[in-house]
Amino acid sequence: MLKIKNLQANIEDKEILKGINLEINPGEVHAIMGPNGSGKSTLSSVIAGKEEYTMTGGEIMFEGEDLSELDPEERAHKGIFLSFQYPIEIPGVSVTNFMKASINAHRKAQGLEDMPAKDMLKMIRDKSELLEIDRKFLSRSLNQGFSGGEKKRNEIFQMAMLNPKLAILDETDSGLDIDALKVVANGVNKLRSEDNAVLLITHYQRLLDYIVPDFVHVMVDGKIVKSGTKELAYELEERGYDWVKQEKSV
Amino acid sequence: MAYTEDDLKKELETKEYEYGFYTDLKSETFPIGLNEDIVRAISKKKEEPEWMTNWRLEAFREWEKMIEPEWANVHYAKPDFQAISYYSAPQTVDPNKTLDDVDPDLLAMYKKLGISVDEQKKMNNVAMDVVVDSVSVATTFKKTLGEKGIIFMSISEAIKEHPELVKKYIGTVVPKKDNFYAALNSAVFSDGSFCYIPKGVKCPMELSTYFRINQAGTGQFERTLLIADEGSYVSYLEGCTAPSRDENQLHAAVVELIALDDAEIKYSTVQNWYPGNKEGKGGVYNFVTKRGICEKNAKISWTQVETGSAVTWKYPSCILKGDNSIGEFYSIAVTNNYQQADTGTKMIHLGKNTKSTIISKGISAGKSQNSYRGLVQINSRANNARNFSQCDSLLMGNLCGAHTFPYIEVKNKTAQVEHEATTSKIGEDQIFYCNQRGIDTEKAIALIVNGFSKEVLNKLPMEFAVEAQKLLEISLEGSVG
Repeated sequence: MLKIKNLQANIEDKEILKGINLEINPGEVHAIMGPNGSGKSTLSSVIAGKEEYTMTGGEIMFEGEDLSELDPEERAHKGIFLSFQYPIEIPGVSVTNFMKASINAHRKAQGLEDMPAKDMLKMIRDKSELLEIDRKFLSRSLNQGFSGGEKKRNEIFQMAMLNPKLAILDETDSGLDIDALKVVANGVNKLRSEDNAVLLITHYQRLLDYIVPDFVHVMVDGKIVKSGTKELAYELEERGYDWVKQEKSV
Repeated sequence: MAYTEDDLKKELETKEYEYGFYTDLKSETFPIGLNEDIVRAISKKKEEPEWMTNWRLEAFREWEKMIEPEWANVHYAKPDFQAISYYSAPQTVDPNKTLDDVDPDLLAMYKKLGISVDEQKKMNNVAMDVVVDSVSVATTFKKTLGEKGIIFMSISEAIKEHPELVKKYIGTVVPKKDNFYAALNSAVFSDGSFCYIPKGVKCPMELSTYFRINQAGTGQFERTLLIADEGSYVSYLEGCTAPSRDENQLHAAVVELIALDDAEIKYSTVQNWYPGNKEGKGGVYNFVTKRGICEKNAKISWTQVETGSAVTWKYPSCILKGDNSIGEFYSIAVTNNYQQADTGTKMIHLGKNTKSTIISKGISAGKSQNSYRGLVQINSRANNARNFSQCDSLLMGNLCGAHTFPYIEVKNKTAQVEHEATTSKIGEDQIFYCNQRGIDTEKAIALIVNGFSKEVLNKLPMEFAVEAQKLLEISLEGSVG
């Protein structure tokens, strides 16, 4: 599904990604772990197509198509979803209206008419029930005055509405207490299927207790230095990142 | 590669003012220039009674003594008032027309404007008075309204048919010598709308006026007089467009609203006069005086969406004379390219327990300048007066300006006055967030701007709100920076 080869990327001439290789197949859950400043969030932004980042080498292929040629919205239309580490506020635009605009933009890209209001309402009802979201929440302005937990839950709600092929969850666990974390993880698990894949980006192992990954990658200084199964996450939790860093420098 | 702002800008250079067509109607236009003879000629042309002619002449004499105001935060080459023609009428119009008699070219023009009169009649339940250049050409629904005793006609007709009402109220809210442009309008106003709602009547439909400047080298000086008698209610809509021209056209209107005891007037404007091209050439100078007076328990609510004009100078105001009266001002002013807007409101609290609310949303893009200027005045007898003002500015890019000039004068200790102001900028992060959800940059801006303007858009009647949203999108296309 996603094939990244020797990916290099800069921001303001500073090299952040220094040759990333990663392959994700349908049905798989991958976790990328690593210390602060290792380039994890940059990787998710580059996959999603954020303009501040410049790809300086390598390639990103999604279902056989070169992503670097596509605008962020076109990547979204192909089925790439990014759950933001810091979701953005849009005052005056309700969650529901934002989702309407989003879903209809996706449909338009597929040559479909706008979704009938009745279907939209039903889908909103179904997905909000699935994620235990109070429907009053949906008429509030997008992310404005939301608590950390509400913001993240809202991201997962949007993911449920859009049903992406590849969901990238950037630090979805940060700022969540354990109850909120469980709700979010539950939501993600309910949405997993054989056809879609998840890329988790996280500092800590605790999220991986709830969303169990098939593969764990450790990123240090713009490179994936170690890959393994979920056991690797436990090892990291125990021994810290210095251990991999040292191993790398040997 | 990604669709950048530059691409967007390029695309827009080819995009033109959508209403910039010119309809070739046969017009009867007066020679340029202004003197007492021209004022008399206008009055004669309109077969006005002598009192009206004299009223105009008094206004003209006052105007001659006045100088153009310079305090607003706008800069422009002053119009040469002797180089304008003060009267232009589409020639084929007969004042006693029915819709069937209207010039087919004129009807085609309405269709282009998206205001097919027939459709308006059937679908929107909107009664409509259309003013092209200077003459009111079609007032629909007159009969339906007549059954309720509502008078809705051009002001020229009203001067002839209801002189007692016109004489009693004209100039009582905006006096002839109120200001330079109001005096000019009083001398030369060519047409406009008149409306009277009798005691206790709730007007069953939205009343609407559509203004358009068609003829080159003319000014439009319409005058609207709206009287809501005791306990009545009316919602009034006003829309404006003009064709694209290189020279600046002048629009100096006066609107007077009178809300008698317990009456309510809701007055909504969508103003889309030609703003000039992207280098700032041409466009309409919009110098308008709008004011309403509230008697006891009355309420006047101004809602305006201002997207057009090269220069806007406009302060729809309320005089809260009666106890417990309420004034509201909801405004969205959008400026792009080289547009300049200096707009706001005056809330004059005279009566006890009077309340006013001001919500102003300014959106600036391109190299435009957008100013809010407002006055809240609480007079000594206005016990327990309350005002809440909120002025929000949204900036797009680094070359535009947003300014706020709130004046507050309080002469009564029991007053409560609140003022809030914010300035924000559309962020790249907001746009990227929308992009990531599949929404392209233009739609994203429209979404963000609509969200910003929501409190005001919600105040517009439904069909107008939709039109206003579209206008916001058109006005701001290509302005990401």
